[in-house]
Amino acid sequence: MTITLRMAWRNLWRHKRRTWLTVGAMVFSNLILVFSISLQLGSYRMMIDNTLKSYTGHMQIQREGYNDEPKMRSSIDAIIPLADKVRKQLGSDTVAARGVAFAMTSSEERSYGLQIVGVEPEFEPNVSTLPGLITKGSYFEHSNAEEIIIGSVLARNLRVGIGDELTLLGSGHDGSFAAGIAIVGGIFESGIAEIDRSMAQLPIGYFQNLFGMDGRGHNIVINAPELSQLSSVQHAVNNILTANDRLVVLDWEQLQPGLKQAIQADFTSAWFMYGVLIVLVAFSVLNTQLMSVLERTREFGVMMALGVKPARLGSLVITETFVMSGLGLAIGAVLGIAMTYYLSIVGFSYPGMDQMAERFNLPDRMYPSLSLLSIMLGPSIVFLFSLLASIYPAIRLFFLQPVAAMRAV
Amino acid sequence: MNILPLKAMFMLAWRNLWRNHRRTTIMLAAITVGVWAMIFMTALMRGMVDDMLLNGIRSLPGEVQIHHPAYRDDPSINNSIAAPDEELLKALQIPQVTAWTSRVRVPAVISSERDTRGVVLLGIEPDSEVQVSFDADTIYEGRFLEDSSDRGLVIGAKMADHLETDLGKRVVVMSQDPDNNIADRGFRIVGIYKAKLASLEETYIYAGRDTVQKLLKLGDNVSEIAITSEDYRNVDNWYPRIKQAAGEGVETLPWYEVDTYLGSMLAMMDGFVLVWIIIVFLALSFGLVNTLVMAVFERVREIGLMQALGMRPSTILYQILMESLLLLLIGLLLGNILAVGTVIPLQAGIDISIVAEGMEMMGTSSMLYPALKLNDMIMANVIVIVLGLLTSILPAWRAASYDPIEALNKT
Repeated sequence: MTITLRMAWRNLWRHKRRTWLTVGAMVFSNLILVFSISLQLGSYRMMIDNTLKSYTGHMQIQREGYNDEPKMRSSIDAIIPLADKVRKQLGSDTVAARGVAFAMTSSEERSYGLQIVGVEPEFEPNVSTLPGLITKGSYFEHSNAEEIIIGSVLARNLRVGIGDELTLLGSGHDGSFAAGIAIVGGIFESGIAEIDRSMAQLPIGYFQNLFGMDGRGHNIVINAPELSQLSSVQHAVNNILTANDRLVVLDWEQLQPGLKQAIQADFTSAWFMYGVLIVLVAFSVLNTQLMSVLERTREFGVMMALGVKPARLGSLVITETFVMSGLGLAIGAVLGIAMTYYLSIVGFSYPGMDQMAERFNLPDRMYPSLSLLSIMLGPSIVFLFSLLASIYPAIRLFFLQPVAAMRAV
Repeated sequence: MNILPLKAMFMLAWRNLWRNHRRTTIMLAAITVGVWAMIFMTALMRGMVDDMLLNGIRSLPGEVQIHHPAYRDDPSINNSIAAPDEELLKALQIPQVTAWTSRVRVPAVISSERDTRGVVLLGIEPDSEVQVSFDADTIYEGRFLEDSSDRGLVIGAKMADHLETDLGKRVVVMSQDPDNNIADRGFRIVGIYKAKLASLEETYIYAGRDTVQKLLKLGDNVSEIAITSEDYRNVDNWYPRIKQAAGEGVETLPWYEVDTYLGSMLAMMDGFVLVWIIIVFLALSFGLVNTLVMAVFERVREIGLMQALGMRPSTILYQILMESLLLLLIGLLLGNILAVGTVIPLQAGIDISIVAEGMEMMGTSSMLYPALKLNDMIMANVIVIVLGLLTSILPAWRAASYDPIEALNKT
């Protein structure tokens, strides 16, 4: 232990209560920061995962302009061979082609206007969780089955069950009249009301047939193995597409700008609040260190008279703060981990949150998730700002006149 | 005389506070920042929720809705209700009700020669619809419907883009009649509107109520009756009266039950505001206690002397509390001034359109109007004073319980 560190340690415990109160302020803020940041990062990931996994996917190949203006005619020619090519070149199965159309869907008793999605039965289960959530019936056997799969709420509203017929009326690719019949083959229940109420899928062969698509489709969904590998996969897909410059690859941020922006908005407002906490802690440290410097004016005067350089005194004050903030960081992080870990197991909720959560595809109990980032981010910033706050008291020492200081009260 | 006159106590506290002006200034700055953050953040959040509720209630629409009991689960043409009878009409005359309208609302499909979309077809009575839900000035091309037998159609700008159609062109609207026969009809587009929330433009198309009733063979039946008043917060005062008049056969619900997401927002917000204020206070309280502990510590001898001169421990306790109160009051004053001073220039609205689509997911528009509520300000101030004095009791009590002789001998 160097002499400076030893002195700093002893100086801190001259005023036990003051030191503990200041450390307490840090611990309190760190506790809140660890918990909220874990909760935030955890729920962002869950929002993204749940939204993307159910339907959107990590990225999609589309005709240029389709994302802004999803029109029947902005389609991709020979979509199945293209999807095959992408699968082969990426060496990945998580690629599936889709077609999208609107149709008036009627049962014997009810009619609804619906978005109808044509899917590849073989590959759709690799990119979307919906096929796995079928509670009644089963998923499509093959691409030309004249079957339809619908959400549970929709089935209830249409008053149909497995084996009932639905009539589809809409317009085909060339704007002509499109009509067909499909048997309800499966009913899924995702728990996301919006999807259960409005989603209807046909196998892509039958879909193309019904809507006069002539081999065309509207998008190819591609999932990366991990969200973090998204950009490299996107790059690889881009290379495959160079031959056809009217196709683009869009990632989830472009496909679901609302999701990204909701996260940004939440992030910004949360950091405003964290900022306030951090500034309040910094004030606390500034106050403590300034007081402790002022009350030692005589002592410092004597030390300077004995030949100690102001820089040495300054580093003493900074070291004191360093030790104090280190204590705050360690205790705060440990308590933060303990509390967050406990809540990440039992979960927690507050009144009204389940309604909010549903909007963002979250479960109604929240489970914060701990990671090195979520543990260290908040406490390190508090640490940094505490050190910054002690700069002013330290700088004052450079203007201390030993003789005047020794006479100070 | 065992308690100092208030004036003397105040003078003492005031002077003591400024003996160590640096410490007091830093603490004041902390309290000011804390109080500012409490009020400012609360005003932003309140503004967001107000906007969310006003938009939400206007697009529900209405603060009270009357439906067929099965309609909300199954919004089909079969679950319609009769037009208001005499008793209900009389109840709708009560002064709290500012407007009401009855509408047909059914799922439908709209097709142009280019594309087909699923929509919600609203058959409305234009004069009352405008008062309850539709903002007539959002029509940016053409006109709004003129009366309930108007044969035109009004659609959203987004929908017009999707369908590649335009003012004056014809589109076909398909829905079902009560016998599940497809009912379709050509409409000429007479108006195009732009809504605050883009998703509304893609969802709702408007036609005259009589025209839709004829198309769907509904007779005089409607899907819903929407009623609005001055202030959505007071809906409980008058909606039982409407409910009684509407009778047993239909479902009469206030907005917070029609849309439970909106309903839960208010309660959630109140909880959030309280938690936020308390967290900021706790962060402040460490500094506050610290300041007082130090102030007492450096005056041990002085306190001992005062006791030796006959001052009662309780007087010393009050003396320290008075210092704390003064500190809190000045901090609160500055904090409130700063908060009001920063919120007022922002009241014209903060443009957050950079995250507009994210805000839309939550149901708010792209302008944020901070709402400074007297109640919130009072709550913040009361919490800071009450909790602030409570946390000051400990150091004050310690000061009061010194033994005069020991205190006097302390260096």
